[in-house]
Amino acid sequence: MKNEQMAAYLTHYRGRPLRLMEVCGTHTSVLYRSGLRGMLPAQVAMLSGPGCPVCVTPTAYIDRLTELSLTPGVCVLSFGDMLAVPGSKLSLAGARARGGRVGFFYAPEQALKIAAKEPKTCFVLAAVGFETTAPVWAVLAETILQQGIQNVRLLTALKTMPLAMDALCETGDIDGFLCPGHVAVVSGSESFRPLADKWKKPMVVGGFTPELLLRALCRLLREAGERHSGVWNEYPAYVRRDGNSKAKAVVARVFETGPACWRGLGVLAGSGLYLRGKYAALDAGSGALYDDRAPEGCCCGKVLTGALTPQQCPLFGKACLPEHPVGACMVSSEGSCRITYLERGDSL
Amino acid sequence: MKIELRHGAGGADTAGLIDSIFARHFHNAVLDKMEDGAVLPRPAGELVLTTDSFVVQPLEFSGGNIGRLAVCGTVNDLSCMGAVPKYLTAGFILEEGLETDTLERMVASMAATAKEAGVSIVAGDTKVIEGNGGMYINTAGAGIRPQGRCVSAANLCPGDQLILSGTLGEHHAVILSSRMGLQTSLKSDCAPLNAMTEALFSAGVSVHTMRDITRGGLATVACELAKASGCALAIEESALPVSEGVHALCGILGLDPLTMGNEGKLLIAVPQADTAHALATVKAVPYGENAAVIGTVCAGSGVTLQTAIGGRRVLSPLRGEGLPRIC
Repeated sequence: MKNEQMAAYLTHYRGRPLRLMEVCGTHTSVLYRSGLRGMLPAQVAMLSGPGCPVCVTPTAYIDRLTELSLTPGVCVLSFGDMLAVPGSKLSLAGARARGGRVGFFYAPEQALKIAAKEPKTCFVLAAVGFETTAPVWAVLAETILQQGIQNVRLLTALKTMPLAMDALCETGDIDGFLCPGHVAVVSGSESFRPLADKWKKPMVVGGFTPELLLRALCRLLREAGERHSGVWNEYPAYVRRDGNSKAKAVVARVFETGPACWRGLGVLAGSGLYLRGKYAALDAGSGALYDDRAPEGCCCGKVLTGALTPQQCPLFGKACLPEHPVGACMVSSEGSCRITYLERGDSL
Repeated sequence: MKIELRHGAGGADTAGLIDSIFARHFHNAVLDKMEDGAVLPRPAGELVLTTDSFVVQPLEFSGGNIGRLAVCGTVNDLSCMGAVPKYLTAGFILEEGLETDTLERMVASMAATAKEAGVSIVAGDTKVIEGNGGMYINTAGAGIRPQGRCVSAANLCPGDQLILSGTLGEHHAVILSSRMGLQTSLKSDCAPLNAMTEALFSAGVSVHTMRDITRGGLATVACELAKASGCALAIEESALPVSEGVHALCGILGLDPLTMGNEGKLLIAVPQADTAHALATVKAVPYGENAAVIGTVCAGSGVTLQTAIGGRRVLSPLRGEGLPRIC
């Protein structure tokens, strides 16, 4: 179908009401930027899932990072998005303002260059992400050991997606998933097959241009509308059935699975990745960071599981704003609260 | 040689630095007098003043450097007010450890850009602080606005057409790629635009509003204009010029060209009757070859984007840090 035909199919969908979830934060962002969210008919609700690594990271992890940043001789390096996420007392930006050492990088490899300039400082890297970034962190860990770098440690909050989607199916009334294309590049479209078989739902892997997203949405509407289950790969230029074997191999060499705490979903056994064997010496205390005390009134957990829309949170647009976020979903550029707030357009 | 604290102490070392670098490159009749202030002829028309500070990292990037940026930024602010830029002052804050060769390259680039823009650097200052070899520049600028030019953000009228003078996002993309260590063929669009604005006035175009698109990108500028004028702006995504290189980088990094900064692009609002003439004029001058009509001013408020795929999106100004130290 041409774009115009797909757009017409989308806007004229009159099938059964659907609650669909886009898991990936980049999909949330493109749905907004492309105007596709506004083209959906009234009976189709797109819910944002737990696919923004900053949003699902529990408070205990932020607290551990801020504590490290305030430790003499230690510097925390992180992706920029993480700096404003509130911990139970401080964000990383707040810790920096109080004398903590916090820097940021655009790509994890940069962190090694920063660390090489200050051999007497211990650099702790905030290694967050999903299947997509895990291979990058794995290669970095191998490099650190191979080169004998002594002053770099990782505080990991790496998670794998299918177990979180499984938990969502258990609790939510979701009719189908727009599956994360970047995750699928690494893990393969077939990684969603067990979920489709177990829960009898359609799983559609989508790309990230407006055209690819439109294609994936049309597929998802059609299959979910007719209660079909299965896996459809609508991002075939990059996603193979079995994914990227090299990336999977390096992750398996460096990491082992363990329990991980997801904001909104709690602790899910086997959904986290932790440094294993000889690589465990690089770990800066990533285990058992389960405490996720949200600030009073914050509903990020419910927003991340599709139980509430951002507007249904009592703090949204009032106490919680992009300028002074209460919850992580208002911080990240892929957070659904932030995106929804900016989409309203009355925020100038 | 490296800059040391003594170079900013105000004594012989400071004088030596001024003679060997600043005076040599900026040389003009007013500056050469080396007085405490520049004595300038009283202009006919309105005097327009502006100031801007430049802290970009890295100091040198593909297509420009902090020196060229410091001249362009101030020249473009004056030009957008309808003024003819005439004079600049330059204040330098240098960190100890800066290579004097680097400083000289920046100063030479400022001089060359000032010459291109037809402005004189008539006063300056240098301080040296502790640090790691960085440098910062403040430029203030004075321009003269001839009578009858009424250009203001408040002047947008329903029916006006919006012209964008070229492709979006180059400067931002170059700075980001440089910090990430990515090899690209992109060049910063950093350029003085006073020839472009003068061409519009010379051609008799009734310019309502002009803004240079810097930090925050087109979305931020459009929202500011909508608010200042009490009008709505409707922009067509498919009309927006974006180079292949920037488009590719945005795809890889999840960036939006609408909130990426430029340093050599204008958003211009003109009455509908003048649109074709204005567009042809901009396209005929340097830095304007990719200009396009990208939208319309309407009654109402806010900024909307008609997306290429047939959707509609409300644009908001950039929130949060964006990319720090881009200019």
